[in-house]
Amino acid sequence: MITDCILTNLESVPGRQTIEHYGLVSGSTVRAKHVGRDIAAGLKNIVGGELKGYTELLIEARGEAVDRMKQQALAMGANAVVNIRFSTSSVTPGASELYAYGTAVKIA
Amino acid sequence: MIASTESGGLEALLALIPFLLFAFFAVVLPVICGIIGTITEKRHYESIHAREKATAHVPVVPTPLSDDSVRIASAHMVSASMVVAPDSFRRFLANVRNFFGGRLRSYESLLDRARREAILRMKEQVPGANAIVNLRMETSRIGGMQKKKGIIAIEVLVYGTALTYASAEAGPTPPPVS
Repeated sequence: MITDCILTNLESVPGRQTIEHYGLVSGSTVRAKHVGRDIAAGLKNIVGGELKGYTELLIEARGEAVDRMKQQALAMGANAVVNIRFSTSSVTPGASELYAYGTAVKIA
Repeated sequence: MIASTESGGLEALLALIPFLLFAFFAVVLPVICGIIGTITEKRHYESIHAREKATAHVPVVPTPLSDDSVRIASAHMVSASMVVAPDSFRRFLANVRNFFGGRLRSYESLLDRARREAILRMKEQVPGANAIVNLRMETSRIGGMQKKKGIIAIEVLVYGTALTYASAEAGPTPPPVS
């Protein structure tokens, strides 16, 4: 029983054979900005450059979306998710939805 | 006579204070920010050039793997991102430019920088990989929804699949240059 899940954005896992196909799996999270980080980012916004607080926040949030997708795939009995795509959209002022989707498959 | 001119001078000086404050926030601060922004950009480009040279042996391609001759030991997804914002001087210049139309050079270099940095971060996450294939890039705007208020920032996300060739386990092989 493999509990880990291979993630790739290729159409199949190279060197492995796809034996079963489970269809679409997805995970999403909607995140609002953090007040503390927002103030720091506001200051940084005057000078310009990278807003590190936001970079970290979005990486963390995207990780959660991927985790949810992975959970869904594992629950189906898959051991890999292929053809993963990310999508980001601003839903309300100050909040973003991070969405990850892919195809759950079983590989040999 | 002298006293009256002195008090007049003081009054004039007091009257100047709001103007001076305005001048500071509208002109001096953006100019300082612009200078800082230019220096940061120059340094960032230097670091990007150096790191790109150092990681040039790992090809990053937007196409899926098409070569069947190489045996793949492992494949997994990698992603990296960067959130950037222009400084207030550049934003002002862009607003002016926006009125007349044309190229917004300051935004062009900002996005170029962010994208290249994100790719480098992705490469640096997988130092042992032989190639990164199926690269996808995404740009999204975060914040700055209300007019004038709020933070305007741009997120650049890059993701792809890092491949390690099976033959690479025996020893370092020359990079496949096509």
